[in-house]
Amino acid sequence: MSLVRRLARAREAGILVMLVLFSLVVGLIEPRFLSGETVRIVLLAIPLIMVAAMGEMMVLLARHVDLSIGSILGFSAIAAGMVFRDHPEWPLFIGFAVAILSGAALGFVNGLIVTLFRLPSIIVTLGTLSLYRGLLFILSGSKQIDPNDIPEPIIRMAQTSPFGIPWIVIIAFAVALATWLFLTFTQVGRQIYAIGSNPGAAPLRGIRVVPVTILVFTLSGALAGLAGIIYAARFGYVNPGITGVGFEFTVIAAVVIGGVSINGGIGSVAGTMLGVLFLGAVQVALPILGVSGFWQNAIYGGIILIALVIDRTVRAGGIRGLLARGTA
Amino acid sequence: MSTPGTGPLVAARGISKSFGGVEVLRNVDLDLAVGEIHALLGENGAGKSTFAKILAGVHRPTQGTISLAGSPVEIGSPIDAQRLGITLIHQEPLSFPDLSVAENLVIGQAGGSPLKRVRWSELAENGKRLMSLLGVAIDVRQPMRGLSIADQQMVEIARALASDSRLIIMDEPTAALTPKEVETLFVIARRLRAEGRTIVFISHRLEEVRAICDRVTIFRDGEKIETAPTASLSDADIIRRMIGRPLGEFIHRGTSHVGAVALSVSGLTLPGRFENISFDVRKGEIVGLGGLVGAGRTDVARAIFGVAPAASGSIAVNGKPVAIREPTDAIANGIAFVPEDRAIAGIFRTLSVESNITAAVPDRIAPHGLIRRAAEKAIGLEQVRKLRIRLASLRQPIGELSGGNQQKAILARWLLSEPEILILDEPTRGIDIGVKAEFYEMIGDLAAAGRAILLISSELPELLALSNRILVMCEGRLTAEIPRAEATQEAIMQAAVPRSGVHSHSAGAAA
Amino acid sequence: MSASEQRQGVNQAGRESAAAKPRWKILLVRPESVTFVLLILATIVASHLSPFFADLGFILESSTYYIEFAIVALVLTLVIIAGEIDLSPAAMMALTACIFGTVLKAGAPVPLAMAASLVSGLALGAFNGFFVTVLRLPSIIVTIGTLILYRGLAQVLAGDKSIGSFPSWFVGIDYRMVGIVPVPVIIFVLASIALGLFLGITIYGRQIYQIGTSEMAAIHAGIRVRRIKMGLFLASGLVSSIAGLMTASRLGSVRYDLASGGELTMVLIVMLGGTYIFGGRGSILGTFLATWLLVIIATGMTVANIAINAQLTVMGLLLIVSIVATNWIYARSQR
Repeated sequence: MSLVRRLARAREAGILVMLVLFSLVVGLIEPRFLSGETVRIVLLAIPLIMVAAMGEMMVLLARHVDLSIGSILGFSAIAAGMVFRDHPEWPLFIGFAVAILSGAALGFVNGLIVTLFRLPSIIVTLGTLSLYRGLLFILSGSKQIDPNDIPEPIIRMAQTSPFGIPWIVIIAFAVALATWLFLTFTQVGRQIYAIGSNPGAAPLRGIRVVPVTILVFTLSGALAGLAGIIYAARFGYVNPGITGVGFEFTVIAAVVIGGVSINGGIGSVAGTMLGVLFLGAVQVALPILGVSGFWQNAIYGGIILIALVIDRTVRAGGIRGLLARGTA
Repeated sequence: MSTPGTGPLVAARGISKSFGGVEVLRNVDLDLAVGEIHALLGENGAGKSTFAKILAGVHRPTQGTISLAGSPVEIGSPIDAQRLGITLIHQEPLSFPDLSVAENLVIGQAGGSPLKRVRWSELAENGKRLMSLLGVAIDVRQPMRGLSIADQQMVEIARALASDSRLIIMDEPTAALTPKEVETLFVIARRLRAEGRTIVFISHRLEEVRAICDRVTIFRDGEKIETAPTASLSDADIIRRMIGRPLGEFIHRGTSHVGAVALSVSGLTLPGRFENISFDVRKGEIVGLGGLVGAGRTDVARAIFGVAPAASGSIAVNGKPVAIREPTDAIANGIAFVPEDRAIAGIFRTLSVESNITAAVPDRIAPHGLIRRAAEKAIGLEQVRKLRIRLASLRQPIGELSGGNQQKAILARWLLSEPEILILDEPTRGIDIGVKAEFYEMIGDLAAAGRAILLISSELPELLALSNRILVMCEGRLTAEIPRAEATQEAIMQAAVPRSGVHSHSAGAAA
Repeated sequence: MSASEQRQGVNQAGRESAAAKPRWKILLVRPESVTFVLLILATIVASHLSPFFADLGFILESSTYYIEFAIVALVLTLVIIAGEIDLSPAAMMALTACIFGTVLKAGAPVPLAMAASLVSGLALGAFNGFFVTVLRLPSIIVTIGTLILYRGLAQVLAGDKSIGSFPSWFVGIDYRMVGIVPVPVIIFVLASIALGLFLGITIYGRQIYQIGTSEMAAIHAGIRVRRIKMGLFLASGLVSSIAGLMTASRLGSVRYDLASGGELTMVLIVMLGGTYIFGGRGSILGTFLATWLLVIIATGMTVANIAINAQLTVMGLLLIVSIVATNWIYARSQR
């Protein structure tokens, strides 16, 4: 087994070690962190991020970025919430379908603009971030979906399920499993890795880069849409000015911590799940440690930068390569 | 040897191709028979690779038609080519470094729905089978990242085998291979021929062409010169047709006075690129630096100029040791560098010719930070006149000029810096034959004026005609220093081909 | 060089390359010209819709919110022409403004607090520049990281409270007038002229274009690419802190969410001004015109009673349309 392979493995192993060390250190300072209660809170906190992170991971694997997922989440949550509110007589799955399909449609638009005009996805999705947010204000008439508008079964998804584990947790892990199967065992899944690994070679190798890229953005949008339902279930309301604002940064932080390379081609579902868990653990640990929640974003930002430097270091073949002069 | 089939597999008629107004292929007709190995020969830039890429759908011809097995086809993309059973083995292996070798062998292959299941064990089995067929020991489960160029080339070849194509185009497949690997490749190529497949083989090594090719087609300056059975042409015939002129025509006329040592490098090393490089270049001297592509010549030049400095070793200019950490240091020491890849490292494509010419001498056009338009224009016009650059206006984007005139502008840029030492990396690549002669004259004049010149070139006639001395690099090391009197194409090739890679019957070949 | 020789050179060009385009044609297809035409159209349409627009004073007064972003956008224009991007200025505005507020609250005099803010702006810019020029990470992703980090640090510093009670002489920069022109607009115009000249007639401006056109070629021509890029990131930090102080003065208080979402507005102004997202082309004039175009559009929407939130739709759409259009123009005007 080559060194590179071991390093690639080490990505997931490294995050796992970080997660365990972090938990132990926090546990030493505040023993009540290491409790079943913490596990429960973390498990409840992560589904939202995990579902969207799977989509963002695929986008990053293809060497793109999607900044609009927070707005897509908000849009889908509002759309589904309006269905629930205005048509309580309709079966619940219609709300689900509306959320996922509207997310997919918005993601499709992202992919279309990026591929059709060959523009950097980061700028395009910065634009659609604003565009979709504006649309959701128009759609909702700037009105919040109130707790009593969201059907009881949806709210219960965040609390219970036949197996004692809340439905949203089951959904999140099912999405992760499906993503893993998709990326590992389908032709198109492997092509996503190939595109990110060497975008120039992909078309010469017969890979249809445009449809695959559009698909990736569509999936990212659809998963953000599903996350919109999870949001409604967990928080019991949807507010056009709050829901999903800044969410993209949390998700990107989770994915990047999970060892997914911003240069595409490298990353795994397992790593991303660990990244999400790590963020969840940080989120729960801060109040327990008595650290103000205001630190959360600063920590996320810092972690992203550290992850970038680590990724660059691994690719450059160590610290020496990183600091080597020249532009070869 | 199987006899070529009745109708040709490929019939190309009137193929022309231009890039940005520069015609690189002119009206080429070519037939490829079923079950033959067909060599495409020619100097760098003769058009053979472009022709191969047109067959493989990488480029679309500006004009002309292609028929495959009798019916006209449109090869609009690599995907089309794949569906038609055409595979191109690229000169520089394409790979997806993050995917495993086994996956690289099959990814993107036509057929199968996008959701078709990837069977990993089958993939690995298949990969192992292909690797053992080629007789190489590569673990197909490891990622491509970290494979040597030679191994990547073998994977590329294995991929073509796996694709089950009717037409396999090999663009200089042997450049990075050991003789043993080359032998294996030939055995496989012969077997493919026996199966009735057609192989297009592009190489500079005539002995390889003789070893396996049934027919050869010779390209020169974008035109097809001749197609003939390999046996009917002698090496001298082939070379004459490739070069299109007697070898002795370019004779270095500048009988310049060779003076003191201007540039001296010793023990220059950059791990993985080059090792322990030492040589001198004297004033008024043209030192040629030959070798195969990838031998590390450009890396040495980049190190001397400070673009990617060496890890160890020293550089002295006019006898004084200098520290060169970035290009500005090199420029301050009177070194200039005309890089190989003009489009990327040379020109500012969308900016004016004027600002391209003056880019390296900011102090002359803007003594106090403010640009003096009049001074800049005067400098630009003077250079245009001196180097006979053909253009419509100094304000024209340089990208609109022909390759030769772009290169003249880059040369002008460096002459403005009044360098004592000039490093020219493939200065005549992609330049019309007529303009080439002008360049040879200019290079000779520059040396005659007392400048020290290090000339990197893959064109042996060019090296032979211009250089006072020729250094040869092979796999990152200097392997020979040949004085002008003893320099021959054979002597250079001997030193340029890896030690283990010298074939029993070595013949001269343009590299 | 004799005239005949020159003519000969020109005549031969026919064979070598296409003749240069006439100057009017080049001018017409410049994206700035499109911005200018749009600006005139927007003004005409707006003044038909509402009598307010006939009043220059009204437009100037309502511009101060956008002017703060526009001042940063001027520097961002240089950054983008050099082939990089900085998405963190809005967060830098917030953080430096919060530093200003915090230092002031700790009892320091205003000049000292302002100095602290400016110095921290430089430091934040240097931090960005370090990642980009020394570690050679792509600025687009680095500045997303620092965007979150800087905004997060502002939150740490200020919590969710606003820091206010600034001395009255510091507050209300947008109400100070020179004639009918608010001081921020004066600053913007002066900065535009200064940076326009910097980009247009100094060697550094020239080199910024060269770096953005081809970084490899710039390195090979001996241009100090890293130094110039570092300088640009420093400038971006500094100008962000200046804009942050202007915002603090206008609002009379600072919060961590000051200028939130401003990165979109800044990028929008630069793109609307016809600067090429892939670097090498663009102008300060374009950014200047785009600022006024945006002011007219935004004010127009407000006058037309379109909710601020719904205006986001238009802003996002404008950003995408302007990049697509700019790309299209450049792809056709030069190859």
